[in-house]
Amino acid sequence: MSFIDYNLPVLIVIVPLLGGLLSVLWGTLFGPRRDLSWGWAMLVAAAELALVLKMVGTVVDSATGSVVYNMGSWPGPWGIEYRVDYLNAFVLLVVAGIGAATILFARHSVHDEIPHDRSHVFYGVWLLCLTGLVGITITGDTFNVYVLLEITSLTSYALIAMGKDRDRRALLAALRYLILGSIGASFILLGIGYLLMLTGTLNMEDMHNTLIAIPDLATNRTVLVAFAFLLVGLSLKSALFPLHMWLPGAYTYAPSAISAFLASTATKVGIYMAFRFMYTIFGRHYSIEVLPGHLVLLACAAAAIIVPNLSAIRQTEVKRLLAFSSAGQIGYMVMGFALANEDGMTGSIVHLFNHAAMKGGMFLAIGAVIYRVGSAHITDLNGLGKRMPWTMGAFSIGGLGLAGFPLTAGFISKWYLIKGCLTAGYWYLAVLVLFASLLAVIYVWKMLERIWFTEPDESTAHIKEAPPTMLIATWGLILTSLYFGVHAEFTVGMAQKAAAFLLEVTP
Amino acid sequence: MSVLLSFAGTYNYAIYIILMMIGFYGVIAKKNLIKQALGLGLFSTGLFLFYISMGVFDGGTAPVWRAVHEGGHALKDAGPYDNPLTHVLILTAIVVSVSTLAVALAIIVNIQRAYGTIEEDEIRAIEAGLHPEEEVA
Amino acid sequence: MGVELTPLLAMAIPAAGAVAIALLGRWPNLREAATLTTAGLLLAVVLGLANQELARGAAGGNFGPAFSLGEMIPGMALEFRVEALGVIYALVASGLWLLNSVYSIGYMRAHHEENQTRFYMCFGLAMASVMGIAFASNMFTLFVFYEALTMTTYPLVAHAGTPTALRGARTYLGVLVTTSICFLLLGTSLTWYLTGNLDFSVEGVFAAGVETNSISSGMVALLYGLFVYGIGKAAVMPAHRWLPAAMVAPTPVSAFLHAVAVVKAGVFSVLKITVYLFGLDTLKGVGGTDFFIYAACFTIIAGSGVAMFQDNLKRRLAYSTISQLAYIVLGAALLTPSGIEGAGLHIVMHAWGKITLFFCAGAVMVAAHKTDISQMKGLGRKMPFTFGAFAIASISIIGLPPMGGSWSKWYLMMGSLEADKSWIVWVLVVSSLMNIAYLLPVATNAFFLSPDEKPSPDVHGDHGHDDHGTVAHSASGIQEAPLLCVIPLCLTALGSFLLFLYPGPILTLCQMIGS
Repeated sequence: MSFIDYNLPVLIVIVPLLGGLLSVLWGTLFGPRRDLSWGWAMLVAAAELALVLKMVGTVVDSATGSVVYNMGSWPGPWGIEYRVDYLNAFVLLVVAGIGAATILFARHSVHDEIPHDRSHVFYGVWLLCLTGLVGITITGDTFNVYVLLEITSLTSYALIAMGKDRDRRALLAALRYLILGSIGASFILLGIGYLLMLTGTLNMEDMHNTLIAIPDLATNRTVLVAFAFLLVGLSLKSALFPLHMWLPGAYTYAPSAISAFLASTATKVGIYMAFRFMYTIFGRHYSIEVLPGHLVLLACAAAAIIVPNLSAIRQTEVKRLLAFSSAGQIGYMVMGFALANEDGMTGSIVHLFNHAAMKGGMFLAIGAVIYRVGSAHITDLNGLGKRMPWTMGAFSIGGLGLAGFPLTAGFISKWYLIKGCLTAGYWYLAVLVLFASLLAVIYVWKMLERIWFTEPDESTAHIKEAPPTMLIATWGLILTSLYFGVHAEFTVGMAQKAAAFLLEVTP
Repeated sequence: MSVLLSFAGTYNYAIYIILMMIGFYGVIAKKNLIKQALGLGLFSTGLFLFYISMGVFDGGTAPVWRAVHEGGHALKDAGPYDNPLTHVLILTAIVVSVSTLAVALAIIVNIQRAYGTIEEDEIRAIEAGLHPEEEVA
Repeated sequence: MGVELTPLLAMAIPAAGAVAIALLGRWPNLREAATLTTAGLLLAVVLGLANQELARGAAGGNFGPAFSLGEMIPGMALEFRVEALGVIYALVASGLWLLNSVYSIGYMRAHHEENQTRFYMCFGLAMASVMGIAFASNMFTLFVFYEALTMTTYPLVAHAGTPTALRGARTYLGVLVTTSICFLLLGTSLTWYLTGNLDFSVEGVFAAGVETNSISSGMVALLYGLFVYGIGKAAVMPAHRWLPAAMVAPTPVSAFLHAVAVVKAGVFSVLKITVYLFGLDTLKGVGGTDFFIYAACFTIIAGSGVAMFQDNLKRRLAYSTISQLAYIVLGAALLTPSGIEGAGLHIVMHAWGKITLFFCAGAVMVAAHKTDISQMKGLGRKMPFTFGAFAIASISIIGLPPMGGSWSKWYLMMGSLEADKSWIVWVLVVSSLMNIAYLLPVATNAFFLSPDEKPSPDVHGDHGHDDHGTVAHSASGIQEAPLLCVIPLCLTALGSFLLFLYPGPILTLCQMIGS
C-alpha cells in the first residue's frame, strides 16, 4: 500500500490543516495577493476532494464496510482511532464537495467582500474550518470530536464576522452564534465527561461496548444526564428548533461564499454527530427502546418543519429566507433519524447530501446576485430572469428541489421520509411533511414569480450575467442535485447501507 | 441520610455545577456584551474544574514514577495516581476556551467601533430603527 | 426510419423540439416551423404506436414491452409501456397539438404577444410530460410526469405577466400542487408501503392484500379517495377551482388545457388507476367507488349549473369542462365494461368538441375583441365559420347525433344500466338538457339576433387610439378571424363529425382497456 493509501484518513485532515497554515504563510511572504491566495485554497480544496473520493472508494470496496486507522500506530482503545464507515464516507463527500465548489465560487465574491490585505488570512481560516469539519466526520474518538468541533466553530465565528464590511449586523450575528455555540459545545463536553466517568474511555467503539455492558443501564442516572446534555448540545449545533435562533443571522450576514459553505456543511456535520452519539455510542437499544429520546426529537423535528418554514414565507431578504428554509430542512433530517427505521434513516442521510447540493447551489446563486446587483432583497429579484438567466435558472431548479418536485433530489429524500413515517405508524407525521412541502412551494414560488414573470426595473439594465467561475460552481452543485434526483442509486445505496449499519440490522 | 452521605462524596460536583449556572445566568441575563463573555468564561471554567475533579482519588498523587534506586535499577511502582487523562483533556479545552474568548473580544471591539456601544439592547434599538421591517439577528 | 418505435421516442421528440424552439427563438418563422415539424413527427410516431397496439389487441394482448429509463431509486424504475388507454390519450394529445400549434401561431401573431419563444418551448416540454403520463407503466412514473406537467404548464398560464394573470396562475398552481402533494403523493406512498408494488396491471396491486385480508376494504376505499381527489387535474369538485382560474391564459393555452393535455391527463390518470392500479375486480369487491359515483354526478350537475350563469364565454366553457370531465370519472366509477368504454370514448369526443369551442372563443377574441356572450349577438353573420363550428361542436358536447359525443353518452348510459344504477341515465339526460341551455344560445344568438347598436367596451384596451375604433368595431369593422385560426377550428369541428361516422379504431382501443 502506498503512503497515501495507508494514511488516507489522516491525510484528509492534515491536507487542509497545512493548507490553511501555509496560506497565511504565503500571504506573509509574498504579500497578500488575492489570486495567489485563492489559487492556493483552490488547490488544497481540489486535493481534498480527490482524497475524499479515494476514501469513499476504499470504504465501498472494503469487505467490512469500514476502514480503521490508528494515529501514531497506537492501537485503540488507548490511541486515537479514525474510523470510516458508510455514514462517514458519505458525509465526507458532502463536506469536501461543498468545500471545493464554494472555494471555486469565492474567487470573485471574496474579491468583492473581503479587504484586500486580509484575503490570505481569510482563506487560511476557511481551510481550517474545512479541517475541523472533515475531522469531526472522520474521527472515532469523542474528545477528538470536541476539539475539532471547536476548531470548526471558532473559525466559523471569525468567518461570519468577516461579513462586517458589507453589513455590520454580521458582528452581532457572529457573537450570538459564538455564545450559543460555545454553550452547545460545553454541553457536549459535559456529556462526554459523564460518559468518560462511566466508561473510562474516550474511544467510540469501546465506549459503546462498555456502556451496553453496564448493569441496570435503563435506570442509571449518569447515562441519562449524559444523554440529555449531549442531545441539547447537539441540537444547538445542528440548529434544531427551538435552538435554531442563531441560524438566520449567521447565514444572512456572512460573506456569500461562507453562507453557502456553512449552510451546507456545519449543520450537516452537527446532525452527523447526533447520529454517531445516539446510534453508535449509546446504541439503538438505549436511545430508542429504553429512553423515549426519539420522541422528544420527533416533536422538535415536527415543529421544526413547520415553524421556520412559516417564518420563511414572511421574509423580505432572500438570504434570510433561505436560512429559515434551512432550519426547516434540518427538521426533515432530524425527523428521519428519530424515526429509527431504515427508510426514515435513509431519507435523513440522503437528505444530508441532497440539501447540501440544493441549498449550497441556491446560496451560491444569491451570492452571484449580490456580486452583480449589490444586495439580495426580494425586490431585487424582479425580472432578474431576463438579466441573469443562468444564475436564476440554477436558483429556480434549487428552489424546485426544496419544494420536493419529482426529478429533483429533494423528492427522493421526501419519498423515503414519508415511507419511514408510514412504516413507524405515524401517518400524521407523513401528512405534516407533505404540508411542509406546500409551505416550501409558497415561498419558492414567491421568488420564482418575481424572477421570471415580473418586468425588471429600468435601472437594472446594466446588470450582466455572473462570471464563469461562479456559474460553474453554482451549476456544479445544482446539476449534482438534478442528477441524483433522477438517478439516485449511488446516494440512496450509500444511505441505505449506512442506515443498516447504524441500526445494527443486516441489510 | 443516604442523600447526605452521597452528597458528602460528591460535593465537588455540586460546587462546580453552581459555578456553571452562575456563568450561564450571566450569559442569558446580562445586556453588556463583555459581561456575557465573562459569563461564558465562568461557565467554561466551572466545566473544566468539574472534569478535573472527576479524576481525583483519595490519596492520589501525580502520575510520576518514583525513582527508587535499588541495586542500580530505576524503580517502578508509582503510588495511586489521579487520572491524568482528564487533566490533559482540560488543557486542550482551556486553550479552546481562551481562543473563544479572544475571538469574542475581537468581535466585541469591532462592534464597539461599528455601533459605538456594547450594550445589547442599545444595539438592537439602533438596528430596529434602521431596519424596521426585519428582525434583528 | 432506422429508429425503433418506442414510447421513449414519443417523449424524446417533443423534448428535443423544445430545445430546438429555444435555440431558434430569434427567427420566428424557423421557430414556428420547428414547432410544427415536432408536432407532425410526434403524431406520426404515436400513430405508429397505435397501429402496434391495435395489432396486439387483435392477437389478444394489451400491454406492450416495457422500456426503462433506469432506476430512480433502488427498486423503483421510470418505466414505460404502450397500452390501449395510454394510446388513446396520446393520440388525442398529439393530434390536437398539431392543430393547436397552427392555431397558436395565428393567435399569437394576431395578438402581437410577447415571450413567444418561452410559450412554444413550454408547449414542447408539456407535451413530453404528457407522453410520459400516457405511457407510464407504474404509478411512480405517472406521478413524476404528472408533476412535470403542472410545472411546464404554469408559465403558459402566467404568460401575460399581469397581476391578474399571476393571481390566476397562483390559484392554478396552488390547487394542483396542494392536491397532488397532500393527497396523491400520500396515496402513492401508502400504496407502496402497503403493497410494495406500484406497477400497472389488470389485477391491480391490491388483489393479493385484499384476499389475505391484510388490507381492509376501508383502506382501499380511502386510498381510492386519496387518488381521485389527489388527481386535481380531473377537476372533481371541490378540487375544480383551478380550471376557471386558468382562463387568464391566452386562448391557445386554454384550448390546450381544456381539451388536449392537462384535464385529459387528470381523467386519464383516474381511469388508469381505477382499471390498472386498483383493478376493477378489487374495487367491485370492496364497493369503494359508490361514493365517487355520487361525487361525479354532483359535479356533472353543479358544473353545468354554474356554467349557465356565466357571461364570460371562456368561463362558461371552463365550467362546462368541469361537468364533462365528471362524465369520465363517472364512467370509471361505474366499473362496468360499457362504463369504461364510455369513459375512454368521452376522452376523445370531449377533446375534439371542446377544443373547437375554445378555438372559436379565441377567434372571437382576436377578430372582434369580445369576451362576453352578451356582446356576441349577431356576430355570426360576420364570422360564419367560427360560429358554425361552434354550433357543430356544441351538438357533440350535448351528445346528439350526428356528432361523436353521442357515442360516448350512449356507452355511459349503457354502463349505468349494467351497473344497475338506472337513475344515472336521468342525470345524464338532465345534464344534456343543461348543456343545450348554455351552449346552443351562444350560436343561435350569434346567427339569429341582431347586434346591439351601442358600442360595447373594447376589451383589447392597450391601444390608445381606440376611441374612434369602438364605433367602427361594433358596426362593420369585424371580419372573420385570421386563416390560421379558422382552419384548425373547422378541422376539429369536422373531426367531431367524422368521429361519429368512423369510431371504429378508437372503439376497438376502448374495448381493449382492462382486458
